Amino acid sequence: MMRLPPSVPQAKTSPSTLRTLLLSLLAVLLAGLVASIPARAQSQPDISGIIAKFGNDSYSDTSDAIAALATSGSPQAAAVVEALAAGNLLYDPASKAVFIRTPSGMVDPASGAIVGSAPATLSPVRANNRVRRALDAAAGALTLLNADPAKRLDAAAAVFKSRDAAALPTVEAAIAKETVPAVKAALAQARAAILIGKADAPEPDRRAAIQLIAARGDQDSISLLRSLPANSSPALKAAAEAGITKAEESLKFWAVVQNVWYGLSLGSVLLLAAIGLAITFGVMGVINMAHGEMVMLGAYTTFVVQELIRQKAPYLFDWSLTIALPLAFLFTALVGILIERTVIRFLYGRPLETLLATWGVSLILQQAVRSVFGPTNQEVGAPSWMSGAFQIGQLSITYNRLWIICFALIVFFTLLLVLRRTPLGLYVRAVTQNRRMAAAMGIRTGRIDALTFGLGSGIAGIAGVALSQIDNVSPNLGQGYIIDSFMVVVFGGVGNLWGTLVGAFTLGVANKLLEPFAGAVLGKILLLVFIILFIQKRPRGLFALKGRAVES
Amino acid sequence: MNRTRIIDRTGGIFLIVVLAAGVLIPASNLLLPAGNPLHVPDYMIPLLGKYLCYALLAVAVDLVWGYCGVLSLGHGAFFALGGYAMGMYLMRQIGSRGVYGNPVLPDFMVFLNYKELPWFWEGFNIFPFAMLMVLVVPGTLAFVFGWFAFRSRVTGVYLSIITQAMTFALMLAFFRNDMGFGGNNGLTDFKDILGFPISAPSTRLTLFFLSAVALAAGYLLCRALVTSKYGKVLVAVRDAESRTRFLGYRVENYKLVAWVLSAMLAGVAGALYVPQVGIINPSEFAPAQSIEMVIWVAVGGRGTLVGAALGALIVNAGKTWFTGVLPEAWLFALGALFVLVTLFLPKGVLGLAASLSEKWKARRPSSDPTPSATPAE
Repeated sequence: MMRLPPSVPQAKTSPSTLRTLLLSLLAVLLAGLVASIPARAQSQPDISGIIAKFGNDSYSDTSDAIAALATSGSPQAAAVVEALAAGNLLYDPASKAVFIRTPSGMVDPASGAIVGSAPATLSPVRANNRVRRALDAAAGALTLLNADPAKRLDAAAAVFKSRDAAALPTVEAAIAKETVPAVKAALAQARAAILIGKADAPEPDRRAAIQLIAARGDQDSISLLRSLPANSSPALKAAAEAGITKAEESLKFWAVVQNVWYGLSLGSVLLLAAIGLAITFGVMGVINMAHGEMVMLGAYTTFVVQELIRQKAPYLFDWSLTIALPLAFLFTALVGILIERTVIRFLYGRPLETLLATWGVSLILQQAVRSVFGPTNQEVGAPSWMSGAFQIGQLSITYNRLWIICFALIVFFTLLLVLRRTPLGLYVRAVTQNRRMAAAMGIRTGRIDALTFGLGSGIAGIAGVALSQIDNVSPNLGQGYIIDSFMVVVFGGVGNLWGTLVGAFTLGVANKLLEPFAGAVLGKILLLVFIILFIQKRPRGLFALKGRAVES
Repeated sequence: MNRTRIIDRTGGIFLIVVLAAGVLIPASNLLLPAGNPLHVPDYMIPLLGKYLCYALLAVAVDLVWGYCGVLSLGHGAFFALGGYAMGMYLMRQIGSRGVYGNPVLPDFMVFLNYKELPWFWEGFNIFPFAMLMVLVVPGTLAFVFGWFAFRSRVTGVYLSIITQAMTFALMLAFFRNDMGFGGNNGLTDFKDILGFPISAPSTRLTLFFLSAVALAAGYLLCRALVTSKYGKVLVAVRDAESRTRFLGYRVENYKLVAWVLSAMLAGVAGALYVPQVGIINPSEFAPAQSIEMVIWVAVGGRGTLVGAALGALIVNAGKTWFTGVLPEAWLFALGALFVLVTLFLPKGVLGLAASLSEKWKARRPSSDPTPSATPAE
């Protein structure tokens, strides 16, 4: 059925004539419905005939009766089907009379009226698998007329899956009545799904159905089109073939879109993990092998914050990540400053020694966390605004991934702003470019070193808050990220934040695009080999710093 | 230019101690009664043999790090590849004694529904071929890797990171079942080597002795190399690569020789390690293992060869002791070792001993001031 969009007034017909036209159309429809309802209401005796079949307590009769009920259109049908499913449909073996057991007493299935006196020797109508299948189909068909649009949508999806030809009249009736566009579309698809398999339906209807299904363009539509009965006309078969090709193309397209999306998601995770390293390694030249442990400490801070909130103030749970962010930043920044002042300070200019010492620090931190919290994974919950998903086309986007991408970008640009626009950033750049000159200009280089390292560590900490949402919070959390982070920073170019951004997203997307061809592990191996080869060509990464400072 | 003797005093003592241990420890195990305080019990033999393999590995790492300035975080890969070559030979020796009784296919292949032996397993039933592969496989990988890396002048930290990427990639690859190397479980359940049952005490003693000989030979080889003219240039590359290049030396070739040789030594260490430990699996490729090897060298003293071997013994003995007594504390101790050694013992245990003895000598008039050969970085 055609639905006129509300923006029709540009058309030549005046709004008022259109409105009358629409109204009259509606009136006709309503009249049809009204006409059909009494017609079905008149078939009340039929329903009691159907119901009488339940009294036989034979499985085949029961199934037939259920199917008949589903298409009867009687207001009582849903109640009967539900009662049967719940084991509340009783019958009297002697008189074959059937009753529904409700909390308020026995009810006559046909009329819905409470029966005053019921025989004492009632037993429930039995069900086997066949009956249960029939019940499911009937329940699906009956909820198509439910008052709740969400339920109708579910029911339409159920019919689409079952393609039960018996449901066709109900579906058509439901389409006529339906006002919500989304449900209507789903119903139309359900109808099309049935029509495709129904060899005796009119051919133009079936062709339209094939086109409608092909437009869905997903796996279901392909299998549906493949299920076209073999005795269909050649024209239909050709239409189905064309539909399958079309759907396959759309599937391929969405698969690529999905991989790109996953890649962006992975890239944002890599960016988060690497961005702190871009400061400590990229800007300061410190090979910080304990970087992953800073991420881990950030994740554990989130865990502790959530535990405290669970115990003391459960109503704050949705704010737990917001609360954990500054705490994680401060905590890891302090740990970072401590490490800088006690270990790294003595090792500037000796990068390989720094590597070993920070590796030692990472072992100590890991074992410390293991001793305090135990070696097992800790449960970190997601606030309600981060759970759930929504759909774009065939792409399901989960909120937590979306938030992490946004968060990674926010962190990145904030950091860029700090380095470019604040006095601290100015000092940091001055010290990293020419330490002695900066010192001569009165910058306290030692303090700037500590603060820079603290900044890098703190950013690793807030990365940990975000990563606690998608990864297991365990003492080994950091180790999983350290190699990837180094790859990102080295690939992007040391000392260049933009390089880190590009590197993270490039590697993320490349990894996910390789996965369908090579598999997850092989894809990763290929990427590592690629980076090894890439470093040969451009030993300073994608965006290498130019100038004398690089030569040291 | 002073001609440095190949066997100096420390080296001489080291060789004597290693070879004496290679003979005396098996002798004490065989000849002395179990109650004797000098008797080395059976379970200690493979353990000590394992330490000797680690020591050889540490010497290999020291050759490139101490004398060539290449901090390899991927030597575990060469070690494991040598181990896998040996493991493949041992697997083929099992023959039809496996659980599934297949005369050709190892158990895990039967389990994974292999129909025939993958091509790269061919020939590993022949011992000399397998031993050749112990050298060739790590050597080839090192050659290809080094040829590209040194020619492109990838140095310092970047080189370290890509060696780490290399071993990480190999670890992921060997974890895959379809690689044909037993996946996660690796190669194990070995029965015999050259016809000798692998868990028999006599085989273990022989392997121990061979490990000691290999360590001594590996040390001598590296020592001969670094005291030669070639070694002088190598040290020059380490300390001032650009300057050496401008003097007309082909820096990349000098590095490549040391790098490939070091990888082969690591492979030999791995090959001796596997029959004594009885298993080889992909965790040997883990980057953490390779970093641990570097700390052995750092603890003993970088650029001394003897120190590297010593460091491997000290750290691993400490690890065995700690994990037995206080398993929780081992990572703390290892972590602290990394930090403290880099901060306070930049020349390692051997450097500490040298500076102590120099102080001792300074109190008395000394006759021969020897220039200390220690790395600048």
